[in-house]
Amino acid sequence: MLSFILRRLGQSVLVMAAVSLISFSLFNFVGDPVNNMVGQEATREDRVFIRQELGLDDPIPVQYFRFLGNALQGDFGLSYRIKRPVNELIKERLPATLELVFVSAVIALVFGIAAGVYTGIRRNGWFSKFILSGSLVGVSLPTFIIGIGLIYLFAVTLRWLPSSGRAGIVELGWWKTSFLSVDGWRSIILPAITLSLFQLTMILRLVRSEMLEVMQTDYIKFARARGLSERAINFVHALKNTLVPVITIIGLNIGGLIAFSVITETVFQWPGTGLMFIQAVDFADVPIMAAYLCFVALVFVIVNLVVDLLYVLIDPRIRIAGR
Amino acid sequence: MLRKLVNSGVKAKKLTELCIESTGKLTIPGKCVRMKQMADDWIDRPLGNHISVCLWVDSLKNTADNFVRGSLMKNRKYLVASAVALALTSGQAMSENVLRWTSQGDALTLDPHSQNESPTIAMNGMMYESLVTRDTEMNLLPELAESWANDGNVWTFNLRKGVKFHGGEDFTAEDVAFSFERARHEASDYKEQIKSVTEVKIVDDHTIELVTDGVNPILPNQLTSMFIMDKGWSEANNVASPQDFAAKEETFAVRNSNGTGPFSLVSRAPDELTVMQAHEGWWGKGQFPGNIDKLEYRPIGNAATRVAALLSDEVDFVLDPPLQDLKRIENADGLKTTTVPQVRTIFFGMDQGVEELRTSDVKGKNPFADIKVREAMNLAIDRKAIQRVVMEGLSFPAGMITSPGVLGNTEAQDAEIPFDLEKAKALMGEAGYADGFSVQLDCPNNRYNNDEKICQAAVAMFAKLGVKVKLEAIPKSQHFPKIQNRTSDFYMLGWGVPTLDSHYVFSYLLDAEGSWNAAAYDNARVNEITKAIASETDLDKRTMMIDEAWTQVRTDMPYIPIHHQVIAWGMSDKVDAPIASDDALRPRYITMK
Amino acid sequence: MIAAFITVVCILATMFAPWIAPFDPFDPAQISLWDGKLPPSWVEGGQPQYLLGTDNQGRDMLSTILYGGRLSILVGLAAVCMGMVLGVTLGVLSGYFGGLTDTIIMRIADIQLTIPGILLAILINGIGRTVLPLDMREDFAIFVVIFAIGLSDWPQFARVARGATLVESQKEYVQAAKVIGLPQRLIILRHVLPNTLRPVLVIATIGLALAVIAEATLSFLGQGIPPTTPSLGTLIRVGNEYLFSGLWWITLFPAIALVVLVFAVNLLGDWMRDALNPKLR
Repeated sequence: MLSFILRRLGQSVLVMAAVSLISFSLFNFVGDPVNNMVGQEATREDRVFIRQELGLDDPIPVQYFRFLGNALQGDFGLSYRIKRPVNELIKERLPATLELVFVSAVIALVFGIAAGVYTGIRRNGWFSKFILSGSLVGVSLPTFIIGIGLIYLFAVTLRWLPSSGRAGIVELGWWKTSFLSVDGWRSIILPAITLSLFQLTMILRLVRSEMLEVMQTDYIKFARARGLSERAINFVHALKNTLVPVITIIGLNIGGLIAFSVITETVFQWPGTGLMFIQAVDFADVPIMAAYLCFVALVFVIVNLVVDLLYVLIDPRIRIAGR
Repeated sequence: MLRKLVNSGVKAKKLTELCIESTGKLTIPGKCVRMKQMADDWIDRPLGNHISVCLWVDSLKNTADNFVRGSLMKNRKYLVASAVALALTSGQAMSENVLRWTSQGDALTLDPHSQNESPTIAMNGMMYESLVTRDTEMNLLPELAESWANDGNVWTFNLRKGVKFHGGEDFTAEDVAFSFERARHEASDYKEQIKSVTEVKIVDDHTIELVTDGVNPILPNQLTSMFIMDKGWSEANNVASPQDFAAKEETFAVRNSNGTGPFSLVSRAPDELTVMQAHEGWWGKGQFPGNIDKLEYRPIGNAATRVAALLSDEVDFVLDPPLQDLKRIENADGLKTTTVPQVRTIFFGMDQGVEELRTSDVKGKNPFADIKVREAMNLAIDRKAIQRVVMEGLSFPAGMITSPGVLGNTEAQDAEIPFDLEKAKALMGEAGYADGFSVQLDCPNNRYNNDEKICQAAVAMFAKLGVKVKLEAIPKSQHFPKIQNRTSDFYMLGWGVPTLDSHYVFSYLLDAEGSWNAAAYDNARVNEITKAIASETDLDKRTMMIDEAWTQVRTDMPYIPIHHQVIAWGMSDKVDAPIASDDALRPRYITMK
Repeated sequence: MIAAFITVVCILATMFAPWIAPFDPFDPAQISLWDGKLPPSWVEGGQPQYLLGTDNQGRDMLSTILYGGRLSILVGLAAVCMGMVLGVTLGVLSGYFGGLTDTIIMRIADIQLTIPGILLAILINGIGRTVLPLDMREDFAIFVVIFAIGLSDWPQFARVARGATLVESQKEYVQAAKVIGLPQRLIILRHVLPNTLRPVLVIATIGLALAVIAEATLSFLGQGIPPTTPSLGTLIRVGNEYLFSGLWWITLFPAIALVVLVFAVNLLGDWMRDALNPKLR
């Protein structure tokens, strides 16, 4: 057990090292940083001066190890555009993204599992069929279309909810939360729904197909034969057994949520890290891009690690196989 | 007690935010101590210790009463307090004019000397002031200087007396000398603009002399965005130079400001929210029509979202609504638009200097070096179609690369170049390119009104001439370096003229040495005139020379002028904002109902 | 069945776009800007030759949708094929040989999965733009998109293929084949590979739908296919800007086309999943 954890930890470190190399390579591939730092009218001498100041003329390995050393201390340098430390910027933007991802994940999980179980049990009911076709449409709509459509309907036409931004922020220390005011909740609803729809349908379909399979297994038949109530069978025995793949998919999809938050945040002007990333791409603000990449990878690695450990706890077979 | 509280008429004019704190239950860390003090100042009698009302000034408008509504459901204890809160919010909402506005991109920094970029200048211009400024009609207007006079290479400015910075410091000649020194620093983005100033002499506390390198008749025109900072504040906060690129920390001036202008900074979260409030001690109070008490700026990058925010009444003003949405805004209840011709001309540049184009199938020679090809390219553009379909009528087809309003733009010079495909084809034949050639057009996709769509339309028009144009539309941050580094064969550029004088255009775009002359245009006479007009003080003679140079340019056709841009603003009916041709929002002229 | 029918119709219609479409939107010489922004023919102001109206550049909407759909399907298919070939090869090898090969391949997959596809595509796009010579960039844009989506896809295929291989190689006939000394190449190709294909095919169908959406999303972020040779995604992105201005047909028709296409492919995938799952039959 301990060796398994240690091995997984070692692998995670390796993954992060590879990602940091990719992040670092951004500095050398995406545009010329100097051009993005100085105004349009700067002279050649200025540019040379800045190159030297930033150490851009050092050998690449030297630059990489300097980058790695700094990154380990959470220091990704100064944003080219905003001229502020990147780690501070990310710290400021992080609550917005995490809260959005959290609400989306909750929506996706609750409605996804509920609908999945329902459609799994009532395989041929008309409402199940309706949900299923609805879920297919959900999968078939690109995120940005959903977002624009929701804005058009709920903000512009009906005027129920704000179209963009993050209103009603309450500060709890450095963490700015939307959860403590009605305005905060109002402004998180549309982006969270937009972001969750895709994951919701994924979870729904996964839970449904797992339910269908589980319902065919012998021990469910046996449970029926024992005369257990339908409710107990459905929720205690069947649902529990669908959870393993659901956990995997959640693990894999947290990264998906964060990645797609780039689009959602752009459409809704949600001031999170995704919006910051896309703004950074437009301005070739490499320090932010690199830091964001490392951040997403880190979240992913941690989630995966947790999922792996949960696996061991839930599914004894893996423990025995020892991987 | 509560009734008394409400009746006490709460002088909450300056406040937008309320928070209710029940002792020990819900604390907003750090803030409440200060807030309680403020609250006591504003409300006649000190509050009991069971409920204290905290007030603070930043953050968004409606949080408080929604917050209260939210907690109301949870705990009855708050019920009483919320009644007060609601009374307070509604009371202050009536008396304060808050302008909530948006545009595509935030100011890059609040440091007034570190970025020479229009949106940054406009934002800083609300808080900082320069010696000379422009009104919404683009007339030069005294700001921190009351008057100025020119004698040879010396300009004397008489400074306004009794002006104070937001922090309370007195404004003196020292500050002007300091600010010029700062703007000439290595890391400043303004050093080119005030290059001609060689010395700044303090005559007395309120008189300053600027010595220029030779005669400079248009110096005041070059100073309109040369903002003045306080010397003491800058030194105390370690921002005596604009930017240190090697530094690991941001400089203080990036997110803080201390100007003399009509608005002072309340809070700043870059790319999120910037709040400013009217500066009580501003020298110009009462002299300008504006009645805005507070500005809330929130950038919205996505065009559709930006319009949606205006349509759903979340903002009162949009600086850059997409042209195609103007009708929709116009037709919406309670919204309106205004438009004005901008001092910015959109054009294509053709590199005629290289031996062989980098992206063409023509090898060994450069088709753009042939004046017949350049003329044919000019004739192939249907400027009226671009105006009507791409720009929704909001542009003026151009005959030159400088807009009306700039000295040198005349009706004759700016006469639209006719669309004549037959003649263009004939010219191509004469030049030996009857079958056309191929070339890549570099185009920004987030800089000018419909930039990418103009390029796309032009590609189709050039195709009819036989010129196969490949379009590369990329963000401005990647596009402009191509022009600066001379790696583009064929590119789109828009040029505004802050000085309203042709010299600015010649020195950057037409002089052989011009830093943005990627067309590599090189005409001896034009070069000569560019030099001459920099110091020619005889206005008639100068104007004649400028006209002569433009005539030469019209013959040589180094560029393909498309149109002069039109600016459109969208706003709520409650707002009356006079539009300005430099696209800068000047809140001192804005009134709200 | 309906799903398969719609999919086939979609694919045929777009593949034969050059013969069906009334105009060639890729030929700039056929476009007249003066015909821009015309509504569909049944709406007042519409013209009969432009059945679904024209876009902001004067291109016939029906033609652009057909051509754009073709491009979207091609990009999607190519990306999925790339992901599938790469993923299945690595997955089967990984599952069959196990040990170090397995660890290395699955770690690479893990690294890959830590960077979501969209970010990866933006990354590759940025590098591509800098590395490639100027005049190749536009042609290359499509391949960048294919490459980016394909590359972000392969771990999914690898995982599924590896799983199937693990199950398969434990079976007696494979063990037997090993014992009688059949070459490994033959065992993998004859016995293991065919048995992994069933789950892979299901993933591939869903992957196609995802790839088409991914392409649209990239184009929406301005990182995809240039508007001169529009895909469905680019069409929607451009049309999106006209959503509030009353020119609904520029967004709506390509969006409907995209949704119908993806929907049909998804239905097909769904049906295949159920049909190929022997437990449910």
